[in-house]
Amino acid sequence: MSLFAAVRGGVHAPHRKNTAECESVIMPPPAKVILSMSQHIGPPCKPTVAVGDAVCVGQIVGDSDQLFSAPIHASVSGTVSAITEITMPNGSKAQAVVIDSDGAMTPYPVEPPVVENHAQFLAAVRASGLVGLGGAGFPTHVKLNPKNLTAIDTLIINAAECEPYITADYRECVENSWDVLSGVQTIMEFLDTTRVIIAIESNKPEAIRILSEIAKTVDTAERQVIVKSLPARYPQGAEKVLIAQTTGRQVPPGKLPADVGCVVMNVTSIAMLSRFLKTGMPLITKRLTIDGSAIANPQNVIVPLGTPICDVIEFTGGLKAPVKKLLMGGPMMGTALADMSLPVLKQNNAILAFAEEDAVLPEASPCIRCGKCVSACPMKLTPPTLAIAVQLEDVDALQKRDVMTCMECGCCAFSCPAKRPLVQILRQGKDLVRAASKKS
Amino acid sequence: MEDNRFLVSSSPHLREDTSTRMIMLDVIIALIPALVASIWLFGWQAVAVIVVCVGSCVASEYLSRLILKRPQTVGDLSCIVTGLLLAFNLPASIPLWEAALGGVVAIVVAKQMFGGIGHNFVNPALIGRIVLLMSFPGDMNTWLNPVGRGLDAISSATPLAVQSVAESPYDLGTLFFGAHAGSLGETCAGALIIGGIYLVIRRVIKPTIPLVYIGTVFVLTWLITGQVYDATYHILAGGLMLGAIFMATDYTTSPITPWGKVIYALGCGLLTVLIRQWGSLPEGVSFAIVIMNILTPLIERVTHSRPFGQKRRERHA
Repeated sequence: MSLFAAVRGGVHAPHRKNTAECESVIMPPPAKVILSMSQHIGPPCKPTVAVGDAVCVGQIVGDSDQLFSAPIHASVSGTVSAITEITMPNGSKAQAVVIDSDGAMTPYPVEPPVVENHAQFLAAVRASGLVGLGGAGFPTHVKLNPKNLTAIDTLIINAAECEPYITADYRECVENSWDVLSGVQTIMEFLDTTRVIIAIESNKPEAIRILSEIAKTVDTAERQVIVKSLPARYPQGAEKVLIAQTTGRQVPPGKLPADVGCVVMNVTSIAMLSRFLKTGMPLITKRLTIDGSAIANPQNVIVPLGTPICDVIEFTGGLKAPVKKLLMGGPMMGTALADMSLPVLKQNNAILAFAEEDAVLPEASPCIRCGKCVSACPMKLTPPTLAIAVQLEDVDALQKRDVMTCMECGCCAFSCPAKRPLVQILRQGKDLVRAASKKS
Repeated sequence: MEDNRFLVSSSPHLREDTSTRMIMLDVIIALIPALVASIWLFGWQAVAVIVVCVGSCVASEYLSRLILKRPQTVGDLSCIVTGLLLAFNLPASIPLWEAALGGVVAIVVAKQMFGGIGHNFVNPALIGRIVLLMSFPGDMNTWLNPVGRGLDAISSATPLAVQSVAESPYDLGTLFFGAHAGSLGETCAGALIIGGIYLVIRRVIKPTIPLVYIGTVFVLTWLITGQVYDATYHILAGGLMLGAIFMATDYTTSPITPWGKVIYALGCGLLTVLIRQWGSLPEGVSFAIVIMNILTPLIERVTHSRPFGQKRRERHA
């Protein structure tokens, strides 16, 4: 970490960006897609189609009248064959619309939205079905409508991609750099921000070069567009860390980026939004990095949303070793899946399949209080103290020691020599606090 | 695809290549220069004391875990570190059964009775030494003259036992290279500093505690005596280097908070100087560290870091 880094902590996670040079391959429509009604933070959508309905690509199949939601669109054309319940990666249940593909990919008659003011802009963003594609799944139209709109002066484009293996955002920067730029300009206009910072880790020089070059063409004194190279140190892409590294501002616990005048958007989200504004075709595909020691041909694939993971892996050339661990997302924060039948979600950016030897669970031993987790925590928490409070179910101590500030980045457990499952323990602590606040 | 149920576990799914055993191995490596120096200075008697202490600690650890029906922890090598540190804190002429008893006290009483590695609240090696010091003051204060290579167990004055620094038979160079009476591993300050630098480079310890501890002793001694020479003499003499680099930095018994480390090391330095200048004992490092060990939980409580982004402690005051 550089001496002047705005954020203490973090870890040197291995990069393993094996697929950085793999140009994205477009996957043909699978036999069926399973569209979960819960692909965002907030209440799930309700299916707007019935079994037997014929649907086209881009047609709405699920929507909700709640603020914190985004519509779900058909990613293939065909017939709705079932409305069923699936188990999501986090173990919760969600409704899902299953569409049997007719292979024709007949598009729904979409038109570019008319966008002349902020309200129309927000309506268009909502209609695009866009959510935070970096992983959180925060509905974009909510993010772009902060309460203190006039106080927002900086838009930060997150292209840090600090998770090992994943190169999907990097490919977006390289392959669709002009989409990124036009998305940036649109948002700048409607949010009336004076500064845009595109943040990329220094281990992606090609992306930095390309984006710097095109940023130069629109960078003016009144509306700055800057590409900022960040140290390649995990977790640069974590929202609060990113804001501190690019602007020096610190988001207090329990607050949002908007509270310090920033809006942070994932780079793929920006590019997708600009394509939607041009064509009117909503979010129906996603680029995924397929990698891991069990994958025969690691690569980047653009897949229709809702494609079962097993079909995606098969398309890339299948497995070269039996899978022991399957991850949705990166190895630091991704979720381990129990099987391959789960469908691709909007917020997915990688599927990693690991063979037996890379899936060994280390045996935990007692904490020796070496303090490596304390040094590694970007949120300046003290995991060992919190772990004891979790053991004692001491909700008071957990709150006092700010367990809710934990963003589960995994730096503590990564660096622990005693191999303690610290993230799991802290998650338990957060659940204890949530349960207690619900009771009172 | 094949029977598709996979291993489900919490993130992160990547771990750094490190372990308790690797850390302890680094500490052992860092102790090697002082080990070589002690054997060079005190000969076969040093070898015997080291072998007995390490053997006693390993056996105590193994048998404690066996009798308590707990998972075996000899493999983490922490008992070897304790054995080496205990030996380094004893005079070369100590009867071997006393050295062995020190190992039993360190491991069984100070460590295993409180739950084993990570659970002891005081440094086990220091408790072993203090118990021996209280029980066998004669044997614990018989110092071999290293120049005689231990052939005659004549009692010789340690650098801190002299009336004043001005009357000391030792100069700073002698203190640095270790050719004077003292505990096995404490005499050669140079070897201990090499070990300390290794630990810092390997990121096993942060330099905070040793620097603040030694710095405090230097500054306070300088203020009291008014002499830079005396202050330098005091940081090179006695068990300060060994204590500040290897004992006060013990993970389990020192604070994990950054500011806690500073306060803890300041306390160690202050107590060491108080005991050395005005206490009835010539040396105070062991007691200073043990007292600060006991205060560690309290220090941690008052030095808790504010979380990222929080300006003032307004919420929980």
